[in-house]
Amino acid sequence: MADSNGKQTPLLDELEKGPWPSFVKEIKSMAKESPMCQDLLGQLEKSYGEKRGYWKHGGIVGVMGYGGGVIGRYSFLNEEFPHVAHFHTIRINQPSGWFYTSDAIRTLCDIWEKHGSGLTNMHGSTGDIVFLGTQTSELEPIFKELTEKDFDLGGSGSDLRTPSCCVGQSRCEWACYDTMQLCDHLTHHFQDELHRPAFPYKFKIKCAGCPNDCVASVARADMSIIGTWRDNIQIDQAAVKAYADGGMNIERDICGNCPTKCMQWDGKTLTIDNSNCVKCMHCINNMTKALRPGKDRGATILLGAKAPIVDGALLSSVLVPFIKLEPPYEELKDLIERIWEFWGEHGKNRERTGELIQRVGLGNFLEAIGVEPIPEMVAHPRENPFIFYEEYLEEGDEEE
Amino acid sequence: MATATDRRTDIGPPNYSRFLPPVIKKNYGQWKYHEILKPGVMVHVAESGDKLFTVRAASPRLVSIKKLRQFADLADKYCGGHLRFTSRNNVEFLLTDPSKIDALIADLKAIGHPVGGLGNSISNIVHTQGWVHCHSAATDASGVVKCVMDDLQEYFTQMKLPGKLRIALACCLNMCGAVHCSDIAILGVHRRPPKVQHDGLNKVCEIPNVVAACPTAAIRPAMVDGKQSVEVLEERCMFCANCFSVCPAMQMADPLNDGVSIWVGGKVSNARHEPMFSKLAVPYLPNTPPRWPEVVQAVRTIVEVWAKGARKYERMGEFIERIGWPRFFKLTGFEFTKQHIDDFRHAGLTYKRSAQLRQS
Ligand code: SF4
Ligand code: SF4
Ligand code: SF4
Ligand code: SF4
Repeated sequence: MADSNGKQTPLLDELEKGPWPSFVKEIKSMAKESPMCQDLLGQLEKSYGEKRGYWKHGGIVGVMGYGGGVIGRYSFLNEEFPHVAHFHTIRINQPSGWFYTSDAIRTLCDIWEKHGSGLTNMHGSTGDIVFLGTQTSELEPIFKELTEKDFDLGGSGSDLRTPSCCVGQSRCEWACYDTMQLCDHLTHHFQDELHRPAFPYKFKIKCAGCPNDCVASVARADMSIIGTWRDNIQIDQAAVKAYADGGMNIERDICGNCPTKCMQWDGKTLTIDNSNCVKCMHCINNMTKALRPGKDRGATILLGAKAPIVDGALLSSVLVPFIKLEPPYEELKDLIERIWEFWGEHGKNRERTGELIQRVGLGNFLEAIGVEPIPEMVAHPRENPFIFYEEYLEEGDEEE
Repeated sequence: MATATDRRTDIGPPNYSRFLPPVIKKNYGQWKYHEILKPGVMVHVAESGDKLFTVRAASPRLVSIKKLRQFADLADKYCGGHLRFTSRNNVEFLLTDPSKIDALIADLKAIGHPVGGLGNSISNIVHTQGWVHCHSAATDASGVVKCVMDDLQEYFTQMKLPGKLRIALACCLNMCGAVHCSDIAILGVHRRPPKVQHDGLNKVCEIPNVVAACPTAAIRPAMVDGKQSVEVLEERCMFCANCFSVCPAMQMADPLNDGVSIWVGGKVSNARHEPMFSKLAVPYLPNTPPRWPEVVQAVRTIVEVWAKGARKYERMGEFIERIGWPRFFKLTGFEFTKQHIDDFRHAGLTYKRSAQLRQS
């Protein structure tokens, strides 16, 4: 059996083999100087032998004045592996787009070397920088040093989780709004909601610059902000021709894959019936030099995605078909606040926005947040005839 | 000890503009097009004519500060100190001088980080914490990912697939990282109702909360050996572990029954087909650490069936929709079982409700 000095880990050693980067090598690289990493290896080896985890959840730990950002983690095997008896996670709010300078990376490493295991996730699922494994006594010092270097904690628990975004206009020609600026703006604007859990459950915001949705917002965010446009796709006919001359089968592979069949190629000119284009991105993705999104750009706002727990998985659905997104983003922030207000009042404990909408009905939800129902919000109108009305006419009532 | 007054709080993340390379600052919002030059290398060309070269390398997500410092050194050596990470845990180096690309790739390889993941390839596997760090894991995360990618690495470093393939892993139904819309999703599953630790349950947990946590109303308050506790109606339990999330005395981990399920055909992008959920392909494979050969084999089978049969650009879900589920099961050799048929809310919507069937 692996002892707490982590000397023998025959099962984990198998994961040092093979061409893909090895997380075991990463942990082992720290084991010499970090007793925490030694004990982590020991406990993990045991998990591999016994086919089960040994972590206890929860326990409220955190930094003063914050309710989120630290995930308490304790080992069931605290006697066998005392150095991971406490092994808390710290979430640090990433800069928009996950850009760093080498200096910023070194700053983070220096802090973490002093106060924790030296293991990280770059990044966690929600987008945060994750520092993996430290003790309660280190939390305040870490927080102090992080904030001195202009970093702050991310969200956890029933709060606004750390918003995240794609690279957007910093590198991507398809971005229909400035995802990094919006993400940064919302994060700063809602600092209180992010650090002090006061919601029924978590709320995630993800900003994708176009319908390719590189941050999976439609599946992962309570609010999915997906860039789009409402005028015509920009076409460079000469560049289209060049693709055709280069051997691309535009008729079959581009027009044939258009979901609304709104494109035509006659061998010389590509025509698009833009009124039927649903902005799926297929043609643009594959003719990057010839086609570009239109110039009247903004975003579609969708609401309600979540993983299966508690009441089944959901994808986000359309709330606002098109919104212009320019600073200071008042219209969007106002909408977010109206949603939170209704959810805060009517959401049950651990009920995500999407589940609340399912429970009260999208129609009622829209009424509550003051948004008009429109056909863009549904795949199709209802099929079932059990229609609710709040009022009915009595004999003698005036018809309106 | 710091007091509340001399602490900086609520400052939020540092503004991204501090970390952007000059070429990005100059051409922000002014990019014209991009091209993939070779596996893992792309160029973005700005209206100004400026070019930004990106080299994408795999990372195991769990990285030590030693590795991060090596990345920082490479960024200094080749990129004026600029790098970023992707939503799928890859690391990207941002260059303006294309003559440095090959040397950077060689240096990355030398420290064990293959370059690829762009275009028609398998990008890195989005995944979760597993036995390394989470309380509710039904399988390990990093280990399974390592084994699957060791096997599929050729599809990361080359672009020989018909379209994009996105794999994700979550070690329990909480699905940190929402794997439920992936071309292939690997999902840890429990298969045994919670083992209630009656001793002291009512001290660590609020019994009404535990009862309320169960989506199928399988939990009710009970006196057990004179102790206030709860009991589980086992035939109602669907092993979601929601009760364990609110109460550690509802033990879910069970080496005999925990394992891995595999789901296919989900996507999040809007290209061609609308986003869709992944659907069940294999309900259960045992946990077989350290190398999970059954999982590795099943994933490879799915990848190969798709790679062989899919049309250009066709994602897994689009491919299966075209050929039909019966043929998917035939081609993969996976057994179709009772477990494949939904029995939760709105299950009827997933039944085949027409006579449109391929009969041969
Ligand atoms: S979501 Fe669209 S804009 Fe954002 S990085 Fe992806 S392709 Fe570019
Ligand atoms: S973006 Fe999609 S829907 Fe619009 S023209 Fe191109 S392929 Fe058709
Ligand atoms: S998916 Fe489940 S087990 Fe895995 S990290 Fe998330 S909560 Fe933990
Ligand atoms: S595992 Fe889920 S279904 Fe089973 S008792 Fe717990 S909450 Fe209920």
